[in-house]
Amino acid sequence: MRLSTTNLSIELSGRKVLDRVSIDLQPGEVVGLLGPNGAGKSTLMRALASLLETPDVLLGDRALSTLASGERARKIAFLPQEKTIGWALAVRQLVMLGRIPWRAFGQKPSVADEATAAEAMRLLDVDGLAERPATQLSGGEQARVLAARAVAQDTPFLIADEPASGLDPAHQILMMQAFRAVAGKGRCVLVSLHDLTLAARWCDRVVVLDGGRVAADGEPGKVLDADLLRSVYGVTAHVAHEAGKLVLAPLALSDGGRP
Amino acid sequence: MNRRSLILGLSACVVVFFLLSLLTGPASYGPIDSLRALVVGGDEAAAIILREIRLPRALLGLMVGFALGASGAALQGFLRNPLAEPGIIGVSASASLGAVTVFYSGLAGASMLALPAGALVGAVASVLLLLGIAARHGSTLTLILSGVALSSLAGALTSLALNLSPNPFASYEIIFWLLGSLKDRSMVHVAIALPLMAAGAALLFASSRALDALTLGEESAASLGIDLRRARLFVVGGVALMVGAATAVAGAIGFVGLVMPHLVRPLTDRMPGSLILPAGLGGAALLLAADVSVRVAIPARELNVGVLTALIGAPFFLWLVARTRREAF
Repeated sequence: MRLSTTNLSIELSGRKVLDRVSIDLQPGEVVGLLGPNGAGKSTLMRALASLLETPDVLLGDRALSTLASGERARKIAFLPQEKTIGWALAVRQLVMLGRIPWRAFGQKPSVADEATAAEAMRLLDVDGLAERPATQLSGGEQARVLAARAVAQDTPFLIADEPASGLDPAHQILMMQAFRAVAGKGRCVLVSLHDLTLAARWCDRVVVLDGGRVAADGEPGKVLDADLLRSVYGVTAHVAHEAGKLVLAPLALSDGGRP
Repeated sequence: MNRRSLILGLSACVVVFFLLSLLTGPASYGPIDSLRALVVGGDEAAAIILREIRLPRALLGLMVGFALGASGAALQGFLRNPLAEPGIIGVSASASLGAVTVFYSGLAGASMLALPAGALVGAVASVLLLLGIAARHGSTLTLILSGVALSSLAGALTSLALNLSPNPFASYEIIFWLLGSLKDRSMVHVAIALPLMAAGAALLFASSRALDALTLGEESAASLGIDLRRARLFVVGGVALMVGAATAVAGAIGFVGLVMPHLVRPLTDRMPGSLILPAGLGGAALLLAADVSVRVAIPARELNVGVLTALIGAPFFLWLVARTRREAF
């Protein structure tokens, strides 16, 4: 099954945020969504997660908006950028919230639910925090717990909006490894990132947005180069190869000007 | 503490205070005589006092307390805000305004039902207005701000009615009613409130899963398959039914809805959805206990129970805020 949209345009408060964007997500791949602030990444992700009322997103050959909300929640998980934890739930319970779409109303979590949540916590390295109140964790720990919640939803598509921001390098890699493991089970992960090297090393494909349009779409090694970074981000960058994978380090603003 | 023993413990408290409420009053009958009079009749005066004065009072204490506690828990969960209480969406103030209008117009003397009917009209009007605004703009913040505005407006209009009141006795009656009391109620009041509160409780319990999911914020909840529009309708509608009915029969009783969720939350797993029942039971026990206290403390000059809940509730809440850090909620 594919999640796709063709020539999607979205206006918010009179401003064109997405302009004829086409994207096609396939099972088994980790897709990085790149682009400067305000390029439309979050809006595109919200549209793909069916949080905006747009009829133009297709799941398989069905319009996503025609799916019942419960059915949709078993297909697509969404991890928003804002890290909201309302009450001091134990980490274990918070991750278990991801199993809500799989249970009938009033039904207790099954053994399978527990196992899926435990697996998600292991992937994100938060299984040691299971009994801690989630509100008392550090920002990085909370980010991983919330990611574990989304992984526990165990959907064919996982859409994560800047999940690695605020994480230390080791946990950034851990999170990308977790997404690779999810994709390894035939799932698809769409993840927005600002760390170019992280995207280049861990994503099968990157989609680069610029001013609401797709500036590039393809394997990182083929589309990420100094020219693209200059035109999209307005930076000069050191581009090197390390064990067959790209390393990209932004150095300065190009043209000595503004981004 | 596990959930079952918490519910059992709170239910036991409710039963104890319910019985105490039945046994408390100026006419002194022994506990055995009282209960016999209640169940099988017997001594005619005792049967009338128990069945027509004390039973409705105890039942209303239970129902109103439950409604306030459960509504407080549901609203705090829905708004993800530990300071939310049933008053925040303006329902109690609007219900009070409705009742005050009935007083002011003199309709109160015409029928015993005029007063609760006026309060219900006020509550329903405020909810329709609120849902109308929320349906057009659709954010929780809009809902809170509209509720606050509505609350202030109803408060201002209530003051206006007091200000313009034709005679001091009317003002006195209005103020007294606004203080909240369970005194001199009948089974008619119980019959008015019960179906509304039952419907409200059903709506709130049906929202428990949405409340759990809303712990993660509105976008995450929506992505978990929660229909936010429906959840908003259920929670606001449920709270309005319960608090509207409570205010209609007992006047404005504050702080039970604010304090009770905080009291029982540490004893639960803190899931907002599973807090509704214990908070309701706790509210029932608290209001019954308070209503027994006002009768025992100064029998000759009985306090209004709303005054007592505010007197105890406000300092208690202050202590709670000072003691616990934000994270502990």
